[in-house]
Amino acid sequence: MKRFTRWRLSLLLVIMAFILSGCGEPYLSSLRPAGEVAKKQFHLMLLSTAIMVLVILVVTTLFVIVLIRFRRKDDRIPEQVEGSHKLEVIWTVIPIILILILALPTVKATLALGNMSGMEDEDAVVVNVRASLYWWEFEYPNEGIVTSQELVVPTDEKIFFNLTASDVKHSFWVPALGGTLDTNTDNVNTFWLQIDSDAAEEAGNLFYGKCAELCGPSHALMDSKVRAVSRDEYDRWIKGMKAAKEPQKPETALAKKGEEIFNEKGCISCHAVTSANSTIEAARIGPNLTDFGERAYVVGILQNNKEELKKWLKNPESVKPANKMTGTYEELTEEELDALAEYLLSLKVTE
Amino acid sequence: MNSYAQKRGFLATLWDYLTTVDHKKIAILYLVAGGFFFVLGGIEALLIRVQLAVPNNDFMSADMFNQVMTMHGTTMIFLAAMPLLFALMNAVLPLQIGARDVAFPFINALGFWLFLFGGIFLNLSWFLGGAPDAGWTSYASLSLASEGKRIDFYTLGLQISGFGTLMAGINFIVTIINMRTTGMTYMRMPMFTWTTFVACSLILFAFPPLTISIFFLIFDRLFGAQFFNVDMGGNTIIWEHLFWIFGHPEVYILVLPAFGIFSEVISTFSRKRLFGYASMVFATVLIGFLGFMVWAHHMFTTGLGPIANAIFAVATMAIAVPTGIKIFNWLLTMWGGSIKLTTPMLYAVAFIPSFVIGGVTGIMNAASVADYQYHDTYFVVGHFHYVILGGVVFAVLAGLHFYWPKMFGTMLNETLGKITFWLFLIGFHLTFFVQHFLGLMGMPRRTFTFLEGQGLETGNYISSIGSVLMAVASVILVINIIITSVKNKKVGNDPWGDGRTLEWSISSPPPYYNFKQLPLVRSIDAYWHEKMEGRKEMPPAEPLGDIHMPNPSFIPFMISFGLFIAAFGAMYRPDYSWGLPVLIGGLVITFGSMLVRSLKDDLGTYIKKEELDDDKGVKA
Repeated sequence: MKRFTRWRLSLLLVIMAFILSGCGEPYLSSLRPAGEVAKKQFHLMLLSTAIMVLVILVVTTLFVIVLIRFRRKDDRIPEQVEGSHKLEVIWTVIPIILILILALPTVKATLALGNMSGMEDEDAVVVNVRASLYWWEFEYPNEGIVTSQELVVPTDEKIFFNLTASDVKHSFWVPALGGTLDTNTDNVNTFWLQIDSDAAEEAGNLFYGKCAELCGPSHALMDSKVRAVSRDEYDRWIKGMKAAKEPQKPETALAKKGEEIFNEKGCISCHAVTSANSTIEAARIGPNLTDFGERAYVVGILQNNKEELKKWLKNPESVKPANKMTGTYEELTEEELDALAEYLLSLKVTE
Repeated sequence: MNSYAQKRGFLATLWDYLTTVDHKKIAILYLVAGGFFFVLGGIEALLIRVQLAVPNNDFMSADMFNQVMTMHGTTMIFLAAMPLLFALMNAVLPLQIGARDVAFPFINALGFWLFLFGGIFLNLSWFLGGAPDAGWTSYASLSLASEGKRIDFYTLGLQISGFGTLMAGINFIVTIINMRTTGMTYMRMPMFTWTTFVACSLILFAFPPLTISIFFLIFDRLFGAQFFNVDMGGNTIIWEHLFWIFGHPEVYILVLPAFGIFSEVISTFSRKRLFGYASMVFATVLIGFLGFMVWAHHMFTTGLGPIANAIFAVATMAIAVPTGIKIFNWLLTMWGGSIKLTTPMLYAVAFIPSFVIGGVTGIMNAASVADYQYHDTYFVVGHFHYVILGGVVFAVLAGLHFYWPKMFGTMLNETLGKITFWLFLIGFHLTFFVQHFLGLMGMPRRTFTFLEGQGLETGNYISSIGSVLMAVASVILVINIIITSVKNKKVGNDPWGDGRTLEWSISSPPPYYNFKQLPLVRSIDAYWHEKMEGRKEMPPAEPLGDIHMPNPSFIPFMISFGLFIAAFGAMYRPDYSWGLPVLIGGLVITFGSMLVRSLKDDLGTYIKKEELDDDKGVKA
């Protein structure tokens, strides 16, 4: 019995450690829900956890009593009880009731989250998510623009998503905003999210997304970002993106040189620097870079500054194993890297 | 013939095991092979935890991690958990129902060799260009995209071992239906027999979908079919459905026999008959039935739509009811009993709260909308390890300690056993409890690393420490087995003293014909009943007479070996000209062996009555 208590104690300590370390980061954790969908899911988590803790308590109580009271003390043969109808009915009926308590809100929430009405409206914010090894493309069909890696959306309104994958199955997950939905190669999946402006502010307006379905070596590094901004700021971004019909003219000499390298080394054949979604999906081989200079991260995981960017361009394999960019261009000299990074970081649409 | 006690050379012993059709020896084969793969899968698990102990670790490359992770899952499910359960079933089940062997001893051996050759084939991938890397679920778009031969090792290896599993399942079903001794009615069968019966029925219906889906994948990858190629009109979601129509019942195939073992252990060491036996049987059958109705809860996020998700959510929750019945029945079995905390009983007792945690997180997963947040995260990893370790591995360890004397005639050391238990229990909770939180905090599963500063460091570190404790526990278990085998102190029929079922009424290990005279069963817990009436042995159901026993055969080995060769041929056929002849050659070996078996009469042998009389002295 003593040893048993000690085990409980160590378990408790582990739990305590977790409570102390908080419930994860506000930009990543599903325990810090930042929008309606995540909240619905969080409430269901709480309800189910409460019911389940109740079950665990009942079982554990019985369990402890049994282990204290009925240890072998002598050689007596206990009475051979066949069963008890009354008890068996009780522990059949009570679980059924508990399950009904959980099932009804589950069904209700499932249907609510599956309700896509409003998606067809002309002014609805619709995003086509296309997952590829190991990057994300976000197309805004109503606006006719494309961006990559970093999704920009307005807070406090419904955002509708069409999800698909271009090579193998991935899964689009932004834990703080809502649960995952697979991007299949076979069909288009739809769901919606909504982000609270307060929560967005707390998370620094940038939520972290993950790929939830094993897709290859860099599955762990296939992160996306969601920049949640006010409607005004969103409109400004859309306007800037729409205006970027022609490649931007770099201002500094270094950046100009970078643009030349970008075109000559063949970067341009996979990466567009204009925002229009006029080319077909299959031709959009690599992430669109139109607003690259305004993104917080390079390839979803590195801080977007010159040093990290150069690290990526110099040896992509060391950053994201098995990515599709490795080996598609000749090795770049230090000067070329400088110029290219300067150029890429100058690509901005809202200034 | 009567050779189990004789000293023999190594080669003779080897040949004996290569040709045996005796369920007790096949049990030992399953135990050794399953134990080997368990250690292998355990080492893979440790490598995973080393890699994930700290963020941005470069202990393993991403590619290597995916191979290790895939092989860990595949090995543990197909090559460790199931064979270890088969080991216990083979060792105990015929004894429990008062039979001299299984219904088809030849097929029993064939099942084992198929499993072993499939497992070896799968693991040879490590030396031949890399192991499978698409997860144990091997979802079609990823497995088609995987280059080289990796996935072919998975498909062909699992196909061969899957045949073996299917055969073993059918064999046990027929054995239980046909081979019960006089008086052993269905409702007097020990709970382990019942759960094996239901689990094997699940195998019968669940493995064909797996076989089909794996054949689809084999044809796609090796013979130019397009079942899963979306560009050619194929569909990858079909793989998910077929895989989970197998995959979900598979959970119950594993956990139901585990329930059976715990029922036996709890009842024995509480000195009480199982509380609510009839409702236990009912719950087992119901779990088996419902197990087929819920596969799509593994696909809540595939995009089946809200209606399908809602239906499967409610169906999944329903499984909690029969499972709850079982938990309370076990508690009430102990209630009022006389509990002795032996090593097997410790596992059984610890199983109850551990499994309840795994069960309730299962119900949390069933709430479809909330599952969108759990799906493919470490929450799910935590959940199913609670079910499979807390349920199945605990049961295997309990069963191993419990039945070791019946299998080998000597008892494992209790002190070492208890040390193993405590280390394993603490390590288990340390490793997997935190993983629930890691998942909720945003860590997807099957990730080869995690980034710094996202709040995931502490949890992963704790989890890695826990896994080391489990490794230490396993090492102590192995030491225990070695010490016990060296000492080899023989024990009698009923070494635990509280045996209730038929297997404890005969010597440990039993003679190779099991029962000199088949026993007469007069009650549930037949042996206990006779003990309480003051008898030491079971009353016989037949007069002493000649016993018909099957002959040993090398053909099962050859049939399996042929498929093993053929698999290499099939795999290398697209690349090398020798592939096709090897494929055909392998199939010739297999079908040739089957032909020999069909054409050659094998009527078995008789043990003469007189020989049995001589044996009286040997039997304790």
